[in-house]
Amino acid sequence: MTARQVYVPVAALLIFLAAWEALVWVMGWPTFKMAAPSDLPPAYAKYWELFLVMGWQTLWRTVAGLLLAVVFGTALGMVMGFSRTMRDALYPLLVGFNAVPKATVVPIVALMFVGWHDFNTVLIAFMISFFPIAVSVSIGLSTLEPEYRDILRSLGASQSTIFWKIALPKTLPEFFGALKVSVTLAFIGTNLMEIVSPHGRGLGALFDSGKTNSDYPLMFAVLIVLALLGIFLYYIVVALEKTFAGWADRSNV
Amino acid sequence: MTLETLIDIKGVRHAYRTASGPLPVLDGLELSVPEGGFVAVVGPSGCGKSTLTRLIAGLLIPEEGEVRVHGTRITAPRSNVGMAFQNPVLLEWRTILQNVLLPLEIVPTKLSKAQGEERARKLLALVGLEGFENKRPSELSGGMKQRASLCRALIHAPEVLILDEPFGALDAFTREDLWQIMHRVKAEEPFTGVLITHDLRESIFLADQVVVLSGRPARTQYVLDIPGTGLRTLDHLYTPEAANMLNILRHQIEVAQGRVPAGDAA
Repeated sequence: MTARQVYVPVAALLIFLAAWEALVWVMGWPTFKMAAPSDLPPAYAKYWELFLVMGWQTLWRTVAGLLLAVVFGTALGMVMGFSRTMRDALYPLLVGFNAVPKATVVPIVALMFVGWHDFNTVLIAFMISFFPIAVSVSIGLSTLEPEYRDILRSLGASQSTIFWKIALPKTLPEFFGALKVSVTLAFIGTNLMEIVSPHGRGLGALFDSGKTNSDYPLMFAVLIVLALLGIFLYYIVVALEKTFAGWADRSNV
Repeated sequence: MTLETLIDIKGVRHAYRTASGPLPVLDGLELSVPEGGFVAVVGPSGCGKSTLTRLIAGLLIPEEGEVRVHGTRITAPRSNVGMAFQNPVLLEWRTILQNVLLPLEIVPTKLSKAQGEERARKLLALVGLEGFENKRPSELSGGMKQRASLCRALIHAPEVLILDEPFGALDAFTREDLWQIMHRVKAEEPFTGVLITHDLRESIFLADQVVVLSGRPARTQYVLDIPGTGLRTLDHLYTPEAANMLNILRHQIEVAQGRVPAGDAA
């Protein structure tokens, strides 16, 4: 990593914060309209323990939902990628399912599994984030040029050999592209549950308590932490992508 | 022919099932390739030439007729075939050397890992890719990718090498380079070859027999023996004999396309 790769994003961040501060100051907005960055440190100082505990709750439930989405989405994508019949059968269902706003599903799930807070939250994070993974894996597998298959099949290779040697690695770039989308979606899922059906856990609940107590800087402080967690997970996916599908990046060639 | 027949295709008929009923692609295909022979198959576009390669590789079983290799009827893919296509289909996540070694990971082989690697390096050097072993496919030009693809098709010393328009997407000069490399490879690594091509000059330069297929559904329409075996140079293409053979083939293609009635070429 060069110095340039560090100072460019840091400078961009500082400029953004300064512009935000200036905007609030120039417009003369009160905190209930929009808090300024300078209002946030006091909120963090006051509630830092809650941020740690609830941030961790949000993080682990998001990651759990995401892992489920990876397993289920990949399996579903494989089924649809290898079988035309299954693709034709499942696509309309899948698109329909994805089109249902998850905010409307939250109360249903909360009623269905009443009391199972962690399970409910993980479930919503999973439901909102598996779609891109399933679609990308299925497209990756079904668009594999027949010659790739023929090269191995003519040597007597089994279907599973073809999958492990060619289909899977060839699909990895699409998979990681989808995973980057899914990471942010999973956060939305977790927070939807935590805000719409609060049960005293996670950053969503902290946001909700800020709303009830008219503590506006706290609400903004939660949003910033959510953004930071999102960036953190995103870059973990980027690192995984570099390790397992770095060959697809041709910018260094 | 005094040599033993390696590939023997007799009375093959095949139709693909489509939404609008069966689409016959092969109807009375006959082809016989002696051991060590190199047969080029030419014919109008879409006449079923690629179907033929899939038959020989065992990827497709004909509805009627039979395909025999070494006298054994082909009913499933066997590991003694090497294939190269117009699309080099190299795996981007592997180096060139690892790409060439791929078939050895699948077919049963007596070679140890080190021996396999040594053989791969030897093949790469033979086609002029020495020093590119650790490059990625995207770092190579189209012609170089085809050469690597050829090495992959040969690494397990297959009995039959199937080339499905391998030089079709290359520019004319690169193509001529590869023709000469093919002769060099054949001298060092003897194989029995079937070459599908659109290029009549390529067919008479590389093969010792050219088979013309009729338009769809394809049957064997004409067979031309090319005199003189072994290494050829590009000069070979600019002789009166070559011009004569090209004329005959051109006429046969026009017949296959249905543009002129069958008859003697000029």
